[in-house]
Amino acid sequence: MDILNDLITVLNSTLRLSTPLLLACLAGLFSERAGIFDIGLEGKMLCAAFFSGAVAAITGSVWIGLAAGIASSLALSALHGIASITFRGNQLISGVAINFFAAGMTVLVAQSWFKQGGRTPSLTGNGRFNAVELPLAESLKDIPFLGHIYNGLISGHTILVYIALLVVPVTWWILYRTRFGLRLRAVGEAPEAVDTAGISVIHLRFAAVGICGVLCGIAGAYLATGLQAGFVKDMTAGRGYIALAALIFAKWRPWYALMSCLLFGFLQAIALRPDLIEAYLSFKVQVQLLDVLPYILTVIILAGFVGKATPPRAGGEPYVKEQ
Amino acid sequence: MQKIPQWADVVLVPLISLLLAAIISALVIIAIGQDPIEAVKLMVIGALGSTYGWGYTLYYATNFIFTGLAVSVAFHAKLFNIGGEGQAMIGGLGVAIAALYIPWPHWSIALLGCTCSAAIFGALWGYLPAILQAKRGSHIVITTIMFNFIAAGLLNYVLVNVMRPPASMDPATASFPPATHLPTLHDLLMPLGINFSRTTPANITFLIAFLAAVFVWLLIWKTRLGYSIRSFGQSGSAAKYAGINPVKITVITMLISGGLAGMMSINTTMGEAERLILNAPEGAGFIGIAVALMGRSHPLGVVLASLLFGFLYQGGAELAMWMAIPRELIVVIQALVILFTGALDNMVRLPINALLTIIQKSGDAK
Repeated sequence: MDILNDLITVLNSTLRLSTPLLLACLAGLFSERAGIFDIGLEGKMLCAAFFSGAVAAITGSVWIGLAAGIASSLALSALHGIASITFRGNQLISGVAINFFAAGMTVLVAQSWFKQGGRTPSLTGNGRFNAVELPLAESLKDIPFLGHIYNGLISGHTILVYIALLVVPVTWWILYRTRFGLRLRAVGEAPEAVDTAGISVIHLRFAAVGICGVLCGIAGAYLATGLQAGFVKDMTAGRGYIALAALIFAKWRPWYALMSCLLFGFLQAIALRPDLIEAYLSFKVQVQLLDVLPYILTVIILAGFVGKATPPRAGGEPYVKEQ
Repeated sequence: MQKIPQWADVVLVPLISLLLAAIISALVIIAIGQDPIEAVKLMVIGALGSTYGWGYTLYYATNFIFTGLAVSVAFHAKLFNIGGEGQAMIGGLGVAIAALYIPWPHWSIALLGCTCSAAIFGALWGYLPAILQAKRGSHIVITTIMFNFIAAGLLNYVLVNVMRPPASMDPATASFPPATHLPTLHDLLMPLGINFSRTTPANITFLIAFLAAVFVWLLIWKTRLGYSIRSFGQSGSAAKYAGINPVKITVITMLISGGLAGMMSINTTMGEAERLILNAPEGAGFIGIAVALMGRSHPLGVVLASLLFGFLYQGGAELAMWMAIPRELIVVIQALVILFTGALDNMVRLPINALLTIIQKSGDAK
């Protein structure tokens, strides 16, 4: 049963590490489907991680922390919207600016508020999201195999993990089964057609960027209050960029986004356990190689060795009304 | 809509953007409970009040000239190279290999050799994202960011497992031999009767940065290749009809860009540390983006913006030392400069345009 236990351990951390990627990836999906590129997922997550960690530490309530995280991420989304929709600026440059702004600002404020070298105090008790025991997990754990999986893998995560998994079908439903979703997809492919139909391109795009902000906010809050117990400097560690790569891998579709994020989460999970790789594959892998594996995979995916990905047609282009 | 006059485009718009960035930075300083006026005073004294301060300011400016030029060259071909940081790291590896394993007779030859090595290594690190963009359409922004992470991992591996001297615990190479040590500004200015501070890392690389700026100016505006790069940046499809090979131009541009970013490491690795350490570029690759945007991708603008950021960087170090303002303030200022001169350019430009039109009309009416 050792292999099963190890497998469950790794898959368990895969699920936890995939969660922020998945939320960020779906955030990017809404934005990019509406034609707004968002390199700034990273910055929004970082900002939300800080504010959720900080506010949860001050108030002692993780839910207020989550709200603060979402609000801060939304503020950056608004900035991105103003720059790229209202003023038709370069969306890439705006995203890069947001990432730097978040990287600097979080440390600056953290130092000013807590004076702990750019981190927030450790969260305990109600200050962070605790594991949720699914019903009967304890009593079923002795059933071989299925009980193990239910208890060790499916049960015992924080509520945000389950929320993230739930966002996948919700995204699918919004995108493909509602009028709003149809318009959202249209505005990313042919904004002029949407405009001709008398629907505001600007409103739709701002709505998409707003949804993106909320999801990035949850992703960041999960990092600081679920995955870890507090904010540390640069804790997103490139997850926003990996989420973008996962989005391209998923070809901008929700269910595939889940799959590609689980793949990246799995890579991050095994990077944490070089001992297991050595035990099962009986050769030693350099830790540095394991650390950069997700980034290398990102490049390989972007290189299109896993099939051609066509982005939304109007992505990255500001919409100018015809005169 | 009327086109904005050139002087306004080149001078007024960046200045107003800078002013906006400065105002918000001041608000940030107030928000964290510090006095912005005192902070500015401290920065000016710390960065410009002594030859010691100037030495650091010029040292940082040298880094930013290289990375700013790197980003600018790519911008001319409408490529957004965020990989300056990784290219500079790998360039440092080139410097270290050349400086440690080749017995140089004199620093001048060593400088030449190490510069070439740095440029080649940096260019190679820009090559893969370039070829992936040109041939496979992989987004160069994301691939160059990924290459930054991969460069950091590679350097970590090389410094910990390969190039670290056996007795040392530090993840760094051995010190470079004395024959590769570069003359500092102190050494250079002494014969001219100027007693420049001895303890600063500013060195002869500063002059090379100027040469690089002149080189980029000649390349972009006076050569056939530069013309091709600019036409490709203006319109890829038009350039293609004119017989410019997009794959070739993308790759060549990124090789030049990566090479320039790599050359930055002569300053940090050969000039200052005299050995290769982890994270030698210290974010200079990213500041190159702000510098290029502010300098409007023109070498003269890049040099001026680099001096400004050199001042900010050294001033920021003083703030971190004497006031309770962390160094990350510089990252915030950098973000604001990128935001205002890059993304919110139209926000600044449209009102100026409107204002100039009104002034012109009232002038015509008289």
